[in-house]
Amino acid sequence: MTRRAANCPNCGARIEFLWSAAVQTTCAYCRSVLVRHDVDLERVGRVGDLPPDASPIQIGTEGRYRDRSFLVVGRILYEYERGGWNEWHVVMSDGASGWVSDAQLDYAVSFLVPAPPPLPNVAEVKPGYRLQFKGATYEVTVVTPARYRGVEGELPFEYWDKSEVFFADLRTRGAEFATIDYSEPTPLFFAGESVGYDDLGLRNVREFEGWGAR
Amino acid sequence: MGGAVTGGPGAAAKVAARGLNCPSCGAALTVRAFEHTISVVCGSCQSVLDAKDPNLRVLQRFAQTKRVEPRIPLGTRGTWRGRPYEVIGFQRRTIHVEGTPYSWDEYLLFNPYAGFRYLTEYAGHWNDVTTVRSIPEERTAGRPVARLGGRSFRHFQTAEASTTYVLGEFPWQVRVGDSAKSRDFIAPPYILSAEETEGEKTWSLGEYVGGAEVWKAFGLPGSPPRASGVFANQPSPEPGGERRTMWTLFLTFVGIVVAFAAWRAVQGSAEVFRQSYVLGPGDDEPFVTQPFTLGGRPSNVELRIQTDVQNGWAYFNFALVNLASGTASDFGREVSYYEGVEDGEAWHEGSRTDDVRIPTVPPGRYYLRVDPELPADAARSVRYTLTLRRDVPGWRYFLVVLVLLAVPPLKTVGRGASFERARWAESDYPPAGLGGDDD
Repeated sequence: MTRRAANCPNCGARIEFLWSAAVQTTCAYCRSVLVRHDVDLERVGRVGDLPPDASPIQIGTEGRYRDRSFLVVGRILYEYERGGWNEWHVVMSDGASGWVSDAQLDYAVSFLVPAPPPLPNVAEVKPGYRLQFKGATYEVTVVTPARYRGVEGELPFEYWDKSEVFFADLRTRGAEFATIDYSEPTPLFFAGESVGYDDLGLRNVREFEGWGAR
Repeated sequence: MGGAVTGGPGAAAKVAARGLNCPSCGAALTVRAFEHTISVVCGSCQSVLDAKDPNLRVLQRFAQTKRVEPRIPLGTRGTWRGRPYEVIGFQRRTIHVEGTPYSWDEYLLFNPYAGFRYLTEYAGHWNDVTTVRSIPEERTAGRPVARLGGRSFRHFQTAEASTTYVLGEFPWQVRVGDSAKSRDFIAPPYILSAEETEGEKTWSLGEYVGGAEVWKAFGLPGSPPRASGVFANQPSPEPGGERRTMWTLFLTFVGIVVAFAAWRAVQGSAEVFRQSYVLGPGDDEPFVTQPFTLGGRPSNVELRIQTDVQNGWAYFNFALVNLASGTASDFGREVSYYEGVEDGEAWHEGSRTDDVRIPTVPPGRYYLRVDPELPADAARSVRYTLTLRRDVPGWRYFLVVLVLLAVPPLKTVGRGASFERARWAESDYPPAGLGGDDD
């Protein structure tokens, strides 16, 4: 894949796209949020410094989920009362867009479901709420009011300058995992599964002081 | 990347460890789990600090005055389940059962890639604990059961567990006095636990591990504390449990029966005498048989009387007489057989055949004196055959062998049963007779 490149309209730094279908990216130098319009990049805002975090995943990390490999191209960082978590935006080897979430080193892989089952609105979603999806019963385990803390890299949509967002996590009797994302007027449904670190076969991960090379 | 990163895109810098100072006493603090750490306990003044606050706000101070030394010191690294883990946190948790406090210790293990897991210890019993990502299925009708991954867990105990001592760091806001409703379900060697705090339920799965395994993995000096009593999910020392032992016992029994039948088929044909006679009405004079030889060692002799008695009886007085010494064993047998039809139902009573066994007959030449008798009003004669067999294997010996062979497995079953009694004595379901309050 030939990588598309452009220059940051704010600072002139070279922006190289890892994913040709990216809608939004950030300039790694001036932290401008850049939205693509055809060939031009429009600066729509700026993200503040992201708080330090200790996810082993970074932009450029490669991994594998089932029969597809993936490349990490961006992320959204959220915070809630018990800490923070990352939604890493990954591009699968077939071009599909997916998400690897890392919440205190609990990992899950999920994909946006274009035609979701009927979803509860934010007022009625509570732990214990159940819905059926692909033959399994999903149960809401926790509803998390979270704060959007920032974005980095390439995303499949325009996403920045959010404030408080609600998430409902759902689980099943098996390994399935789903999230209802209430950050948009119409809730979004992401479905996938919980995975262990080893299941992802990650390469190009971060190193940790005192832990040697992984 | 994160705050540890300065400059360019792509590769982020190594995640750096943080050094902090306690705002309460000024002592230096080590943070081992990087940015995952939400609260950290000052090792010096034991204040609980908010690790996410730039000024390390004190969450709790003077809540614990005594000092507990964890059996595995904080900062210890080991290879656990094939991966390096560091012990970063320690908490003691306590439940009260009928007013008596019971405490266990939880060690928080950390690996910067694979995350967190726990080791728990109670009275020398250890468990390797991980968080469950799925929702176990619960059956609440009757005695509660939880199912996970095709395994059924029986409810063991429900209690309110409170944190009574903390040390080190945690990826959540920890405080002495934290309390959660804890429900344990067991399927040894596994234990499935649900912890509920306001609105949130967390399931974890523990697997029983030996103290020696923990000591080896973390390179601890000396030997682990001896495990006392029986723990909830401790596997029974009788591998495979009672069911397998009962199967072993059953198969042993079947094996012995088959062996005995085979032996009898081979050995049982030591026939030493056989003769057929006709006994007519009024013709019941005593007579003696031809002499025969009983060989070998002193052993039993079995006499079989086969008759064609029909709706009547025949009585025989026998004496087995030693030709040389004249010593005799006397015995009498009655053979009777009746049959008919009553209210349209066929019936019969008695048997045309009878066996009698004379134990411990020394070898030698013998004859049989026979004194038959028929009823005075007998209308027809009776044909009968006398057969003598030597050395017939006795079922009594077989039973002795069987009982002796059954002793070890039964002991095993007994040990397993008393182990299970000891296990459940500590549960919400103490076995009857152990003074449980719900019996």
